[in-house]
Amino acid sequence: MMVTATNAYNKRMDGRNFDELREIEAKVGVVKSADGSAMFKIGDTIAIAAVRGPRDLYPRFMQNPKGGILRCSYNMMSFSVDERIRPGPSRRSREITLVTENALMPAVDLSEFPNSVVDVFIEIVQADAGTRCAGICAASLALADAGIPMRDLVCAVSVGKVGGKILVDLNKYEEDYEDGSSDMPVAFLPRRNEISLLQLDGGMKKEEILNALELAKKSCVEILEVQRNALMGKYKNG
Amino acid sequence: MGLIIKEKEFVIPGDIVAEGIDYLPAGGVFREKDKIIAGQIGIVSVDNRLIKLIPLTGIYKPKAGDVVIGQVVNISFNGWSIDMGFSNLALLSVRDATSEFIERKSDLSRYFDFDDYIVAKISNVGKGNLIDLTMKGHGLMKLRDGMLIDVSPSKVPRIIGKQGSMINLLKDLSKCQVHVGQNGKVWINGDNCEKLIEAIRVIERESHISGLTEKIEKLLGGR
Repeated sequence: MMVTATNAYNKRMDGRNFDELREIEAKVGVVKSADGSAMFKIGDTIAIAAVRGPRDLYPRFMQNPKGGILRCSYNMMSFSVDERIRPGPSRRSREITLVTENALMPAVDLSEFPNSVVDVFIEIVQADAGTRCAGICAASLALADAGIPMRDLVCAVSVGKVGGKILVDLNKYEEDYEDGSSDMPVAFLPRRNEISLLQLDGGMKKEEILNALELAKKSCVEILEVQRNALMGKYKNG
Repeated sequence: MGLIIKEKEFVIPGDIVAEGIDYLPAGGVFREKDKIIAGQIGIVSVDNRLIKLIPLTGIYKPKAGDVVIGQVVNISFNGWSIDMGFSNLALLSVRDATSEFIERKSDLSRYFDFDDYIVAKISNVGKGNLIDLTMKGHGLMKLRDGMLIDVSPSKVPRIIGKQGSMINLLKDLSKCQVHVGQNGKVWINGDNCEKLIEAIRVIERESHISGLTEKIEKLLGGR
């Protein structure tokens, strides 16, 4: 779609308010064979996460006798975007795997499981921006579903500046906005009030970043409610 | 101050269960400064000053004294490695395996071979999750024939029941042999096991519903 060159981004393409998230849907226990799993859908972005373990870790030199390790994997399915992406690891997916791992690490406590590993597999089924955030939200639900000891749940959302406006949860159109768009994925531990992921693509002023972070924290609390309801949906009645 | 989430309420990781120093954290919860916080999905249980979670999910966590069902995955010179569904293997040493005298350098697979299933008791859980098993005790043995079904470890207490009431009911009505491991493995043997499996699945699915015993009685007694 061609974007006309106007400076003001007064209204969002999909009619949302600037502090409004896309529609969220979360479901726990979608992969029956895994120890824990979850689906997290935000707008047109869908992520599925499966957790296996704690289980024995091989190769042996990776084992840590002081506590278990967390091993993530992020992958976009070849049909998740308009043009087919080549399956298999890429530079981008390796980066996201790393930041996801670092975002989840402060929330899990694997000291009870020395020499073992908890595997987290994140698959992006459909991508419309904010896939790493959706992946982290799904992974945190899946970890809780697997019964891994956790200090907190992790909520993640992207904030950014599009056409001079600070807004939350960018979609693909906003991310590609021609007149300047910067987006900043944030992962947040709501109870501990800690940020475990912060990346920035583009440029923002200091005040803008602070405003955006406030917006991200506010939105993460909304996401937490969705996550809580998803977990209750599976466990409360059984 | 005090309890924030009442007893028998549902919690998710990160929920603040209690504030202040009046309570002590036990299994499934932890203390952070003056707050007691849930670390798992579970139901809050308060015993005097002790707060713990009854976990609704998660793998089996070994405890000394638990009877478990495991599989032989490795034989070393001084014992067997047993997989019981935990992240680490458990060790059954020759000394604790039988009351027979086993000569040095004898072939240990004569006693328990690869892939054999055994009922054993956890004698000790050491640091770094070194788990010792023993076969000396009542009802501990190697399993032959029969079949093994997996249940969620958190539902095992319901399958056993108060003082073994449920498991005795299952045994009496189905006329099958049943062994339940705390690690969520149930071994059954006998004719007409289908009804029994169904009954176990019902217990697993409807463990929170009252009047479960009557339902199981009806299910098994009706044949």
